[in-house]
Amino acid sequence: MKQLNNIKAVTDALDVAMEKWNEVVVYGEDVGFEGGVFRATEGLQKKYGEERCFDAPISEAIYIGAALGMALNGLKPVVELQFQGLGWASLQNILGHMGRMRNRTRGKYPAPIVIRTPMGGGIRALELHSEAMEVIYAHTPGIKVVCPSTPYDTKGLILAAIESPDPVIVLEPTKLYRAFKQEVPDGFYTVPIGEGFKIFEGNDITVVTYGAQTVDCQKAIEQFEEKHPDLSVELIDLRTIKPWDRQMVFESVKKTGRLLVVHEAVRSFSVAAEIMASVTEECFEYLKAPLARVTGYDIVIPFDSGEGYHQVNPTKIFAKLEEIINFKF
Amino acid sequence: MKYINKFDPQKDQVVRILDVDGKVIDEKLLPKISDKQLIEAYKLMNLSRRQDDFQNKAQRQGRLLSFLSSTGQEACEVAYALAMVKGQDWLAPGYRNNAAWLTAGMPMHNIMMYWMGNEFGGQSPQGVNLLPPNIIIGSQYSQAVGIAFAEKYKKTNGVALTSTGDGGMSEGEVYESMNFAKLHELPVVFICENNKWAISTPYAKSTKSLNVAVKGIAVGIPGIKVDGNDFLASYAVASEAIEFARQGNGPVLIEFDTYRLGAHSSSDNPDIYRPKPEYEEALTKDPLIRMKKYLIDKKLWTEKKQTALDEEQDLFIRQEFDYAEAHKDYPLEDVFNYLYETKTPELEAQYQEAAAFFAANPNAKGGHH
Repeated sequence: MKQLNNIKAVTDALDVAMEKWNEVVVYGEDVGFEGGVFRATEGLQKKYGEERCFDAPISEAIYIGAALGMALNGLKPVVELQFQGLGWASLQNILGHMGRMRNRTRGKYPAPIVIRTPMGGGIRALELHSEAMEVIYAHTPGIKVVCPSTPYDTKGLILAAIESPDPVIVLEPTKLYRAFKQEVPDGFYTVPIGEGFKIFEGNDITVVTYGAQTVDCQKAIEQFEEKHPDLSVELIDLRTIKPWDRQMVFESVKKTGRLLVVHEAVRSFSVAAEIMASVTEECFEYLKAPLARVTGYDIVIPFDSGEGYHQVNPTKIFAKLEEIINFKF
Repeated sequence: MKYINKFDPQKDQVVRILDVDGKVIDEKLLPKISDKQLIEAYKLMNLSRRQDDFQNKAQRQGRLLSFLSSTGQEACEVAYALAMVKGQDWLAPGYRNNAAWLTAGMPMHNIMMYWMGNEFGGQSPQGVNLLPPNIIIGSQYSQAVGIAFAEKYKKTNGVALTSTGDGGMSEGEVYESMNFAKLHELPVVFICENNKWAISTPYAKSTKSLNVAVKGIAVGIPGIKVDGNDFLASYAVASEAIEFARQGNGPVLIEFDTYRLGAHSSSDNPDIYRPKPEYEEALTKDPLIRMKKYLIDKKLWTEKKQTALDEEQDLFIRQEFDYAEAHKDYPLEDVFNYLYETKTPELEAQYQEAAAFFAANPNAKGGHH
């Protein structure tokens, strides 16, 4: 066991994977010598050589196309997209090829690719560095999307992604890279793709979230429960956005009768929209209040001076919890 | 090297061995190829041409959704696919590669099933390293780069070939792929079948570049321009390029100078945009006629053999088509079964929902044919 933050958990996961599978190759912009702009791959080139961990020229369009060729020819490529908003050129191959290859060859050529990319704001970055565009990926058939929020999950989900026979996109909340440390087991272990994690047990409201907002939600819920000692809130960290843990969410909502979904991505056509629609379909007769969400607005992510307006924060979540609990038919 | 780095694309030099009458221009340039292989190549060219003709008629009858014919481009396609080592080398084709696809080992009924709208048609047989047609042009270049990366990494000595047209050469991904491949000195042969038309956009409106082959210069890889309607020149250069790449010299870019005699796709009418004199001139350079004249001169072929071959191939095409048509449909579960190794819970639920729906409404699928 060692105490690691999220970024070190990424490095540890990649180290373990490269040790375990000779087929793992890691590349992306600045990933080799420097270890990436966030140092996620620090030390890997030194340990495993330039052939297995290398700097790629700035050509996002081909990163995933090349990874596809590598994957169908027996390798396990792990590609880093430096920032989501700078990697739009990669979408050609993510949407158009990666998720489709197994299907269009009827299983002959699966594409076990892992794409890692930072997500989300709150880091005072420049334009296009703070996007949270998980729905674009989650909307695409054939692709799985995970978003760990803790060092333990980060390592376990990355290893599960590399082990997965299907392409997986790992969204890493930038704000949490160095936010806190946690004990992380040495060596190989996985966190199953598709299973949520219950951070708090509760009886009165279900809060579903993932990524950086797990921290915001914990703060808001602590504050809420302090004010309402007779109430308890169940907090679910989805960990996997697609396929999401429907069972865990439905069971929880059936118990509490109330749902709040929280994420920083823009609201319309969002993960929250999908979860709320599904809960309406499956849990309608259990509901005691309208389903609710706290999300980013449908706006271009503001520059630093305005970003605070857009960002989800504990105060916004607290206010929404009050609204839900005070709802009367 | 007899061709690569000998023919200068900056001077627009072209490797050509046969003239339009099938006469050998320069004996010294002839590749090593047996008479048996020459006949095999010609038969494949003829087969692909007749398959194209057949499919055009079938498409008019509504029995194929659409397809993109190789008519006019058979010489280079058969040449480079024949130069590959089966089971070792890879082909990541574009969509207009019928002759190459066939030559590289895709059963004809698979090709037909693909154009009938059945994904099983895109699955190459075991031992044949062949990807389905790439509909988004350009990205097959990057996939070939990854395949080649894995070959080099695993030291398995295979070469990846990939093909696009002059239209595809405008894609940024093509440049990025060549750059990446050279950086890693990957065993990949980039092919452009310059057939002069990107749907209705002529070559002159796609690029001001002297030719396609020079586009390799910017990334440091040798480019070579070949008469793509000349089977011997195409085979000679493709063979050399594949071995050049296999020996660890990095990628090569080959421009096959050819012409699309057919339409862009079975839904397109080239008479609207293509100048008639240009087309008529192109007909005089038909690769099949050149090859046939050459073989007749070499006493390897006769008109009588041609008649017998046409009959035999037409029968084969008919049989393959009948087989494809009888196997074009598949059950509901197949649209859910191949997305992931195992269905995700929501996909399983959606499959159950669909299964119940179609069981209750057996005629609800509809369809074109």
